[in-house]
Amino acid sequence: MAVERIYVFKRFERFWHWSQAILIIFMLLTGFEVHGSYHLLGFEQAVELHTISAWTLVSLWVFAIFWHFTTGEWMQYIPTTEKVVAMIQYYSVGIFKGAPHPFRATTLKKHNPLQRLAYLGVLLFIGPLIWFSGWFYLFYGSWREWGMENLLSLEWVAFFHTAAAFMMLVFLIAHVYLTTTGHTPTSHIKAMITGWEEVD
Amino acid sequence: MAALVVAFNASALQVKPDIAAAQAAYNGKEANVSTADHSKFKELQKNFRTGPEVTQACLICHTEAARQVQHTKHWTWQSADPKTGQMRGKKNIINNYCTSVVSNEKDCMACHAGYGWKDQSFDFSVEKNVDCLVCHDTTGTYRKLPGYAGHPVYKRVEFPRGSGKFVEAVDLKKVAQNIGKPSRTNCGACHFFGGGANGAKHGDLDSSLQHPGKYLDVHMNEQGLNFSCTTCHATSSHQVSGSRYNVAAAVTGAASIRGKVDASPASCQSCHGNKPHPESMDRLNQHTEKIACQTCHIPEYARNDIGTELSWDWSKATTMDENGKRIVRKDSAGRRAFDSQKGEWKWESHVIPEYRWFNGDSVYKVIGDKIDPMQTVQLNVVGGSPDDPDSRIWPTKVHRGRQPYDTVNLTLTVQHTGGEDGTALWHNYDWQKAIGTGMKAAGIPYSGKFDFVDTELTWPITHMVAPKEDALTCVQCHSKNGRLKGVPGIYMPSRDGNQWLDMIGWTAALLTLLGVLAHGGIRILTSKKEG
Repeated sequence: MAVERIYVFKRFERFWHWSQAILIIFMLLTGFEVHGSYHLLGFEQAVELHTISAWTLVSLWVFAIFWHFTTGEWMQYIPTTEKVVAMIQYYSVGIFKGAPHPFRATTLKKHNPLQRLAYLGVLLFIGPLIWFSGWFYLFYGSWREWGMENLLSLEWVAFFHTAAAFMMLVFLIAHVYLTTTGHTPTSHIKAMITGWEEVD
Repeated sequence: MAALVVAFNASALQVKPDIAAAQAAYNGKEANVSTADHSKFKELQKNFRTGPEVTQACLICHTEAARQVQHTKHWTWQSADPKTGQMRGKKNIINNYCTSVVSNEKDCMACHAGYGWKDQSFDFSVEKNVDCLVCHDTTGTYRKLPGYAGHPVYKRVEFPRGSGKFVEAVDLKKVAQNIGKPSRTNCGACHFFGGGANGAKHGDLDSSLQHPGKYLDVHMNEQGLNFSCTTCHATSSHQVSGSRYNVAAAVTGAASIRGKVDASPASCQSCHGNKPHPESMDRLNQHTEKIACQTCHIPEYARNDIGTELSWDWSKATTMDENGKRIVRKDSAGRRAFDSQKGEWKWESHVIPEYRWFNGDSVYKVIGDKIDPMQTVQLNVVGGSPDDPDSRIWPTKVHRGRQPYDTVNLTLTVQHTGGEDGTALWHNYDWQKAIGTGMKAAGIPYSGKFDFVDTELTWPITHMVAPKEDALTCVQCHSKNGRLKGVPGIYMPSRDGNQWLDMIGWTAALLTLLGVLAHGGIRILTSKKEG
């Protein structure tokens, strides 16, 4: 079978992806320590590094959002119902039989329909939940100044922040695994490193 | 970069260096340079026979001094609760140590800033009975002993009786000619030894503060800031600022300017403000909304070998040895552990405080108040709650005790302990007689039946501030079993969390992991079959 290579991930996108990956994994690690799940770096250190990572990620996101809108790449996340059922069938049955992948990535459509839905969920649900709860968590000391001390409770802010962190963790596990489901187990990962994806 | 370092150092110090230097100088030698040499005053060129005679001489020039003192707690031993009007103070409350001053005035008034308070008939309006010298002596020779109702020793006496040790008569002329500002020694003579032994009562006040190292007290360290007591307890018209009865528990705003009338100097915030940490540590400043400075900066109290008393069990008193003789025993550190006169004590050094919400108000049990003997009697109830914006989490010393109460009238009893008369407990070892005399003196009914009840006394800790390097670290509270375990009303990361969320979250993550592993496993198996 002839292997074709197409250019799917541009340089900024790859930089964004990997730096974001490192930051998110590190924030999960430090975040759950702050939450009290284990002792690793020490509470004080964990809080410090979690906060620095948060600000770094915020800056990264500012650039990423700018990039997505100026390049029109945001359209990659528009959800579609086309081939969703075929994708589910492929992951649950076809993949074990060596059936062909129902989706063929192109430069214009780099995400399969399930990816689109999953990433949109991350961007529009987990993201905002984690950012808003994290923001209030970080600025707990300013609630009074903002006149919000009676509207918010740290307990619930922490609850939503932790809940979002668990969702991110679940996403991370599934996401890492699904990178092995390309043309070869490593072709998706290679694509995210070099930009070039091997397709059937 | 150099500029940055300088800026950081300056902000880290927080109290302006010039003020600190001036303060240190003020408390040092220069402080003793007065504009008046009292030894040259003709009023003081005489051989005084008694304390009141000295006071009369003082009042010739210091015309208002006695009346000022008569408006202070040092004289009245009373303090009105500003909210309820309840009269508290040593004169009215029952504490967990020697319990009550009533009927024991001759002994207790060794620490009264006055002369002659020997019973309920004492006249609080007599100016010459104000004791100037106990606070203003600089010679260290003016000593008041129990048994003299506040008078110093005018004749050489054996003390304690039968000990073979003697206390010399005081040279009042010399003392009067060498008066000065109150020093640590003056304040400490009573406040270090409250409860009948060095460090017994407070835990954050004992004789080690006479010459503390930086480790023990960052402000009073003689090689450093060298504060005296009155540096913080700034005094005006003899009114000493700062009181356990009305604690400034939640001072807000910037550091106050000295001389402003509304300033309460005896608080940390008076000099440091309520945002004392540098901007780079702003998260610590946020903590001042909920936590008293003392909570982090006095990580332990009684940080020395002197230690402090943590319990006093009066029910063990009057237990004698097999020959019917008094038993006196010390603990391994040389602190009183048992005495047939007084009962059993437990001491501890380097004590970790117990933490409570506190708004500065305490409601005290006063003589005659009803109690519930089925429960531990709280001799004072510390006010405050997490919902109260004027409350902070404070470190406290909780002293636990056991003392007698009237089983019919349900009041704590007043007992006549000190003295050598026919009913004093420490002389006769007879509770019934001692309580009878005490209750009569206090003027409250006694049924004739008594038993013992558990009691607790809770005091905020505020002295012995440690250097900043020794302050609590985050994890000492932010952990499951940290210092603030059980303190209600706040969400603390690491200490608190929603157990359901944790269970559901970790289960979801685990199931996802198992799911992808199974999926991957099947893929490997099926691809091998095909291959």
